Amino acid sequence: MSDIAERVKKIVIEHLGVDAEKVTENASFIDDLGADSLDTVELVMAFEEEFGCEIPDDAAETILTVGDATRFLEKNAAQA
Amino acid sequence: MRRVVVTGLGIVCPLGAGVETVWRRLIAGESGLRKIDQFQVDDLPAKVAGVIPRGDGSEGTFNADAVLEPKEQRKVDDFITFAMAAAEEALADAGWAPQTEDDRCATGVLIGSGIGGLQGIEEAAHILRDKGPRRISPFFIPGRLINLASGQVSIRHGLKGPNHAVVTACSTGAHAIGDASRLIALGDADVMVAGGAESPICRIAVAGFSACRALSTAFNDEPERASRPYDKLRDGFVMGEGAGIVVLEELEHARARGAKIYGEVVGYGMSGDAYHITAPAMDGDGAFRCMKAALKRAGVEPSEIDYINAHGTSTPLGDEIELGAVTRLVGNAAGKITMSSTKSAIGHLLGAAGAVEAIFSVLAIRDQVAPPTLNLDDPSVETALDLVPHKAKPLSIDVALSNSFGFGGTNASLVFRRYAA
Repeated sequence: MSDIAERVKKIVIEHLGVDAEKVTENASFIDDLGADSLDTVELVMAFEEEFGCEIPDDAAETILTVGDATRFLEKNAAQA
Repeated sequence: MRRVVVTGLGIVCPLGAGVETVWRRLIAGESGLRKIDQFQVDDLPAKVAGVIPRGDGSEGTFNADAVLEPKEQRKVDDFITFAMAAAEEALADAGWAPQTEDDRCATGVLIGSGIGGLQGIEEAAHILRDKGPRRISPFFIPGRLINLASGQVSIRHGLKGPNHAVVTACSTGAHAIGDASRLIALGDADVMVAGGAESPICRIAVAGFSACRALSTAFNDEPERASRPYDKLRDGFVMGEGAGIVVLEELEHARARGAKIYGEVVGYGMSGDAYHITAPAMDGDGAFRCMKAALKRAGVEPSEIDYINAHGTSTPLGDEIELGAVTRLVGNAAGKITMSSTKSAIGHLLGAAGAVEAIFSVLAIRDQVAPPTLNLDDPSVETALDLVPHKAKPLSIDVALSNSFGFGGTNASLVFRRYAA
């Protein structure tokens, strides 16, 4: 697992209070990890903070799974 | 109008978590006031507060994790967590967990707060300044709004009746219980979860109330002596945090399910001073009219009052004004009336004060005992009323009156009567 994937996983575990084994690449924040729409907004903010990048709203709307987040950040993170 | 009784109680306050623990400590003359050590106070004039003892839940400590998971606690201000804890206790005490759609729709929530999530507002303001608007959490607003105490309690317990909130500064808790009683009396609900919650122990609130010259500053090294209603050395109130929640119920509804009945809400009165934003009207007329309205609604003569839980905040002005208004109200009966201020033990819980004190009034009726006014060493005025200095007093109590007066000149009085089946 890449360094970015590890950091994404850590943030998801911390913010959603879920067990590590549930945070798989295909896990959906809302359907699998119990997040509501406000949780996902906060999660995106946490990614922005951790990786020093801005995630525009239209991009944020496409980040639905752990893997979506990792792939977006691998392309866009300033502090990868 | 339909009759309304109290069937459940819940408290989190500086004397601990749980009604029986808090009440036992209050009657024993214990104090919940201490030095503030959770943030910097060296540049603040007031350095003491009524702070909830946190812990694992043993020995009456408050364990927030038992109410809300830590990740959920981050999303709400403490006043909401306190309200949820006290509501849970009150509903369990009442044995009321509605399961049918009809029962859920007949059960409402009316919990207020004087200020709401001040602490979270302070923190978010710093984030906005230091990191910009994109760092403000989506939980910032729903975690600070005053009516979210009612909202969270209704969501947790599936209560679909009237969902409401009161904001009347230090009268909030009393207004919430009074208004909720009216909703039941008028048939809008059969059961109401009502009360107040406050979490004001933060730098911005201490600074703000200090600027109003409202807080005690003379006893920073002896916190347990700082709240001293009616005493010559009193110099302001001591802020406290917590929540008081009651379950109110239509009498026949309570009887039909065999609920334990603590007492009946027989009177509720309100008035406005129309005088000053922070100071009570010097003639005490607002307080007088408020108590008089509550007694009229109750059909109770002033001489029938056995116990008064005073607003009595320990401010130089307010205590004597209330005492004057009570004296005017009860006249020659003053010599047989007992009045104490439990703020001497827990401080002033602002929007939660009226609710916690309503609970103390109901328990005074249950146990036939008047809680003490701590630190009343030397009264500043002579009065025929028994102010219960230092030690609780066994007392025959059928009728108890609880007073709350708030900034803006907003007054509320509640009258409870012993329920005889």
